[in-house]
Amino acid sequence: MEVSVTVNGQVRTADVEPRTLLAHFLRDDLGLTGTNIGCDTSSCGACTVLVDGRSAKSCTMLAVQADGADVTTIEGLAGEDGLHPMQQAFHECHALQCGYCTPGMVMAAVSLVDEYSDLDADGVREGLEGNLCRCTGYQNIVKAVLAASE
Amino acid sequence: MIPAAVGYVRADSAEAAVAALGEHGDEAKLLAGGQSLIPLMRLRLARPSVLVDMGRAEDLRGISVDGDTVSIGALTSHSALEHSVELAAACPLLAHVASQVGDPAVRHRGTLGGSLAHADPASDLPAAVLALGGTLVATGPGGSREIAASDFFTGFLESALASDEVLTTVHLPVSTGGWAYQKFNRRAQDWAIVGVAVAEGGAGVSLVNMGSTPLRAAAVEAAVAGGAGASDAAAVAADGTEPPTDNNADGAYREHLVRVLTERALVAAGA
Repeated sequence: MEVSVTVNGQVRTADVEPRTLLAHFLRDDLGLTGTNIGCDTSSCGACTVLVDGRSAKSCTMLAVQADGADVTTIEGLAGEDGLHPMQQAFHECHALQCGYCTPGMVMAAVSLVDEYSDLDADGVREGLEGNLCRCTGYQNIVKAVLAASE
Repeated sequence: MIPAAVGYVRADSAEAAVAALGEHGDEAKLLAGGQSLIPLMRLRLARPSVLVDMGRAEDLRGISVDGDTVSIGALTSHSALEHSVELAAACPLLAHVASQVGDPAVRHRGTLGGSLAHADPASDLPAAVLALGGTLVATGPGGSREIAASDFFTGFLESALASDEVLTTVHLPVSTGGWAYQKFNRRAQDWAIVGVAVAEGGAGVSLVNMGSTPLRAAAVEAAVAGGAGASDAAAVAADGTEPPTDNNADGAYREHLVRVLTERALVAAGA
């Protein structure tokens, strides 16, 4: 089935099986391997992208469901002027260790800050409960999200 | 993991979905937000022949309050429920419970109708709709019918919906009396090991994960109606339940937990 998805501002069209997950469409059809796949149970959030501006687990969404939608992956976050403020904050706060969860963390955090105002540390922790860091580097991740939300 | 091969049709209205279900038979499955169905398909615990995708049926999205009744389109997302100013005023229990489902990414995609039709006894929203005494509207080939929430959940992941019926709307009474939701889990974003929803100061009480369906705690409601305090009413919270034993807890522990959580919820709701 043909789908047409605006990914990082560019309309991308591909012929996919209905069972194709959005994560596989992004990685395998479009070569956007910044979106990581970490689990088989919709638990880890490594594959989080923005769909029409809001976080979604791209392993828990079919590519056909994204037909006509506007998808942003980690590759599309930085602007011409450099890193997105959330990326910059992750960099400055050293909010990553192995880095595997980072693309999903950053995308979830961008959506979180946009969705909830007046976030405090507890709110960030709760808001990122769907994203797991196996290095357990949460302290600096929370710092970075708070810094970027100011 | 990748789901098994599946057919796909898009149905942008309830009528189109009913027609597609009629055409493709029992093995077809409605797809709303997919936050319960897609994980099951990935584990191949669900292998529908055809997905009927209702995700773009825009007229089934939205919240309205008319007099004493709140009407919510089946495709309204948990996130929309969580952030609705109207719902927070007319039915704060449901708005709060919606904010406790999964994590933000799940709430952006998951829908009220999908959660109810999935009929998972461990889910949050079915218990809230039960405690609130909701009415569900289903559309089938012969037209629409109303189903009381108390008649809707018929077994584990089983509902009163016929295989060619589509859940379209959820009606709830405006409910601003004392309310509370207690959800106990050990891992972030997990389902409740046990949950308790209380509406109208204890007039409506329902239980999460205490049996094969979401349950109305009739003994607790009767005790509250008879003037019992929170502690005495909560003592009968496990009556008539058959809680499951799984990796998280055995049945006896759930029976203990439900009494504790019911008391906390009744106190919070002012019972």
